[in-house]
Amino acid sequence: MSKTSKIYQAVIYVIMFTLFVICVLPFALMIVGSFTAETSIIREGYSFTPSEWSLDSYKYLMSTNYNIMRSYIISACVTAFGTALSLAITVSLAYPLSREKMPGRNIFAFLVFFTMLFNGGLIPSYIMWTSAFHIKNTYAAYIFPNLLAKAFYIMMMRTYFTTSIPEAIIESGRVEGASEFQILFKLVLPLAKPILVTVGLLVGIGYWNDWQNGLYYVNESSRYSVQVLLNSMLKAVQATADMSLSELKGVNLPTNGARMACAFMGILPIVIIYPFTQKYIIKGITIGGVKG
Amino acid sequence: MKSTKKRMAFKRMKPYLPFYIMMLPGTIYLLINNYIPMAGLVVAFKKYSYAKGIWKSKWIGMDNFRIFFNTDMMKVIANTLGYNAVFIILSTVISVAVAILINDIKAEKMKKLFQTIFLVPHLISIVIIAYLAYAFLAGETGFLNNSILPLFGIEPITWYSTSKYWPFILTFVYLWKQFGYNAIIYYATIAGIDPTYYEAASVDGAGIWTKIRCITLPELKPTIITLTLMSIGRIFYSDFGLFYQVPMNSGSLIDATQTIDTYIYRGLINNSNIGMSSAACFVQSILGFILVLTSNWVVRKISKENALF
Repeated sequence: MSKTSKIYQAVIYVIMFTLFVICVLPFALMIVGSFTAETSIIREGYSFTPSEWSLDSYKYLMSTNYNIMRSYIISACVTAFGTALSLAITVSLAYPLSREKMPGRNIFAFLVFFTMLFNGGLIPSYIMWTSAFHIKNTYAAYIFPNLLAKAFYIMMMRTYFTTSIPEAIIESGRVEGASEFQILFKLVLPLAKPILVTVGLLVGIGYWNDWQNGLYYVNESSRYSVQVLLNSMLKAVQATADMSLSELKGVNLPTNGARMACAFMGILPIVIIYPFTQKYIIKGITIGGVKG
Repeated sequence: MKSTKKRMAFKRMKPYLPFYIMMLPGTIYLLINNYIPMAGLVVAFKKYSYAKGIWKSKWIGMDNFRIFFNTDMMKVIANTLGYNAVFIILSTVISVAVAILINDIKAEKMKKLFQTIFLVPHLISIVIIAYLAYAFLAGETGFLNNSILPLFGIEPITWYSTSKYWPFILTFVYLWKQFGYNAIIYYATIAGIDPTYYEAASVDGAGIWTKIRCITLPELKPTIITLTLMSIGRIFYSDFGLFYQVPMNSGSLIDATQTIDTYIYRGLINNSNIGMSSAACFVQSILGFILVLTSNWVVRKISKENALF
């Protein structure tokens, strides 16, 4: 390696490690904060080097009416059910759209595609979901509005079906007299595993992270998902910031440490699965990226 | 004649019947979730009453728009466009630079590692990002006020009620969340450039900077143009979470943090303002649609294969 290219490599590494630290540091502050004793946070603020460590924040989270375990179960169920249903619907639109000779294909393709160009926005959707479907304070509110079928994923999957599944395989199924549903389940889907995993992960992360449906449609605390619980804690903190001390009595405010503990638990599932799945996630971003 | 035509069409469609059945649930979902709200945009021209529903509420012409135009429109739209313009420019510059640097790293493992880490902020919900920001910015317990500002002898700052800092904070948070995602897209393009170009350039004695300027950037140009135009197509939309959650919905920051999306939501929860909100919603949808079509038209002119349609 020449001298200039050695210097260049060194410069790259300095910049990359700086960015690395900027990416990771906020998470470190949050995690350390969640294991810091409350007295220590009050005295010296959130810190990377607290004077006193403690598990109290987690004990607090388990014990109060901020019922994190219940929210966890709700979030997990919503994510699992939503992702499964969403994958089923995405496949069931994408696969027929990949059949080039199907009459009416262009009409359906346009129907899917047009949703990427134009949408009615929050107000009409909100009115429809609440007054026609009475979705307020139901678990369905976490699953149905907006997240179930995204045109972008449908088109990504359709492209995969057209380019990566050999027509001959489908033809061989037909020759043996298999029905179209059998062909899809027995022949096509096993070959489409990579795209199913990629779309499944992106949809799943979307469901786990979604807080907007909860914000719009769920205000009963016994039905809070993790994100909505976090959101409501944030609101409580903000609301009490303007109150006087006498008003503050009786308000159950999460401790400073508990806020960070709750946030940490909110990212935990993603942090755990990400190292094993990052290949698929990055793949998904690069296939769809430019047109996303 | 007509009936034989019909019969022919049916004959052509019959083998595809299972496919039409397959598409039914998804099609119904899209009609409900996406198409009914499009028609529902007419609510902007009505005095909405919950009891009567959208279709039976009274027509009031442009009244909702008049209120929106007279009061907040300029500020709200200026904020939305201003932030988006800054975001687009800075994130393009940073992401392209990061992508080029990642590509020039010699060790394959490190390339992977950096991509993986830089994407992490993108995978976290904005509510949690609001907590991360809070750990730094909180008035009494924040890291900046307790550990950083004292080093420079600066008095603690009440971040959540001082709006002049927020354009910078929001831009920083946006870039922090987004740069890795865009860098990965750009990196995929760079990694696809024919390596013989670089080898030939090296033989001719081209330095690092010359290679970037004469090979990498020209090859990246279509991707940069496409991504930028796509962002311009969405310039009337803002990341609701970024502008609502990260400032913690603080009233004293509204001047610096109100965008079309936060405006619409605040009008919705404050029931008397649903008319104004629906007008803003209408303006956003229509202008957004026109802009997407225009920017796609421009992309088609420049590089057809990168156009959305």
